Amino acid sequence: MRKWMVIAVPYVWMLLFFLIPFLIVFKISLSESEISIPPYTPVFDLTAGWETIKTQLGQLDFEKYHFIFSDELYTAAYWSSIKIAAVSTFITLLIAYPLAYGMARAPKEWQPTLMMFVILPFWTSFLIRVYAWIGILKNEGLLNALLLNLGVISEPLTIMNTTTAVYIGIVYSYLPFMVLPLYASLEKIDGRLLEAAEDLGSPPWKTFWQVTFPLSIPGIVAGCFLVFIPAVGEFVIPDILGGSETLMIGKTLWSEFFNNRDWPVASAVAVLLLLILIVPIVAFQWAQQRSREAGR
Amino acid sequence: MKSRFSWFNVTAIVFGFAFLYIPILILVIYSFNESKLVTVWGGFSTKWYAGLLQNEQLMDAAWTTLRVAFISASMATVLGTMAALVLVRMGRFRGRTLFSGMIFAPLVMPEVITGLSLLLLFVAINFDRGFWTIVLAHATFTMCFAAVVVQARLTDFDQSVEEAAMDLGASPVATFFQVTLPIIAPSVVSAWLLAFTLSLDDLVIASFTTGPSATTLPMKIYSQVRLGVTPEINAISTIMIAFVTVGVLIASYMTRMQSTRAEKERRAVDAGAK
Repeated sequence: MRKWMVIAVPYVWMLLFFLIPFLIVFKISLSESEISIPPYTPVFDLTAGWETIKTQLGQLDFEKYHFIFSDELYTAAYWSSIKIAAVSTFITLLIAYPLAYGMARAPKEWQPTLMMFVILPFWTSFLIRVYAWIGILKNEGLLNALLLNLGVISEPLTIMNTTTAVYIGIVYSYLPFMVLPLYASLEKIDGRLLEAAEDLGSPPWKTFWQVTFPLSIPGIVAGCFLVFIPAVGEFVIPDILGGSETLMIGKTLWSEFFNNRDWPVASAVAVLLLLILIVPIVAFQWAQQRSREAGR
Repeated sequence: MKSRFSWFNVTAIVFGFAFLYIPILILVIYSFNESKLVTVWGGFSTKWYAGLLQNEQLMDAAWTTLRVAFISASMATVLGTMAALVLVRMGRFRGRTLFSGMIFAPLVMPEVITGLSLLLLFVAINFDRGFWTIVLAHATFTMCFAAVVVQARLTDFDQSVEEAAMDLGASPVATFFQVTLPIIAPSVVSAWLLAFTLSLDDLVIASFTTGPSATTLPMKIYSQVRLGVTPEINAISTIMIAFVTVGVLIASYMTRMQSTRAEKERRAVDAGAK
């Protein structure tokens, strides 16, 4: 009996606060926008009885979705979100790999400390870490001041409020998410395999590509998912660092909701974003499950 | 395997950590800047910190944030521990796949979607938005992180001690509280800390689910950040960073103490067995 209670409490909680809200988002995405509180007309009323619901269901149109697909602004925002997320995931991987590799090869007694220093920024506020870059990147900021003083450039670079700033922001903020799974998989590699390769005359770079790299693929996969999926829907970074130039769907959703107060369109944007992300989310979970089972 | 610092590894680590920490260091340094301009160093001053204490709105927001984080982290820890038990100990049951999906999806779900969907739920059930809606929203998304932390500990846990307790006649509840919980306690504590900091940090979900009555610190900071860089935000950021850093250092010191103690005990047992 108690077993069912332990299952029921978190189960019901997640149904109520996670699954049902999504169904509501879908429902609202089908309703009409209106200037009132709340700013939409319900499409169907569950208390009205089955017959009424059936006729109302027959009248449903996916007007908001047509609207989103016909407006270039939205499709462009989806594409550019995916592109920005993919490119920054790749850059994050390039920066994280040497760091994770160095950590996994460091003396054993150093490793917990190094780990802690990778995790520490993750615990400090995301918003603050993004904010820290404004002072560095803006036209009269520290990076430009440094480069001008060194004589590398003669005119300040415009980085703030461009897509470049968004790349920097995403790579910076999500770096720990990439380093941790990479480190976990690199650290597990049996050192004897590398010694065997060396003894058999393999040069270091060849050992890396033929032994280390293939064995670190689970870490690469996990890290890329952990960065890519949230980066697609990122709001804070493009909003603070990207200015008006960067189109990203999280920002579009936010402004539909808070500035235009168009809840149905915001909901439709959310449903489409979720449809885009459902494939990587399920793939990620599947990969995680497989590596967990392989680990046993 | 020889493990030593090679020049490549040291360079990789130094560059990686420089990238991670220089922006934070700059932020902290400029919070002590006398001048209001970011690029001009006008001498050392703590005047921005003094100004913070007089900013009542900011102090209010900080207090709200701490209360939200405390309550929601406590709820999330209880729920997350239960969820972890369900995932690790309950075996197969109908709807298990859906359940594990619901626990893992929020970990990567973009915050704008979680925020919007919870807001629409609260509107649909006519729940007054404000302090408690933020608490419920935060408890929901942080419990998934708590579940993952506790689950990791439960997975590499020697189940025979639980079985021994049950064989000796302990009820499942007594077994949990007297055997399982003391063993997984460090992970439960870190789950709480993680939930607490995630809640402290959250801007997006809180912005969606709040009403006019409750403003959290990140919301306050965000509205000021949009107006530009000021030493005041640097000062409050520095306080938050210091707060979290001290917490993490204490937590990691405690876990290390605990693992050395466990190591010593194991050695003592090994020595006894000989």
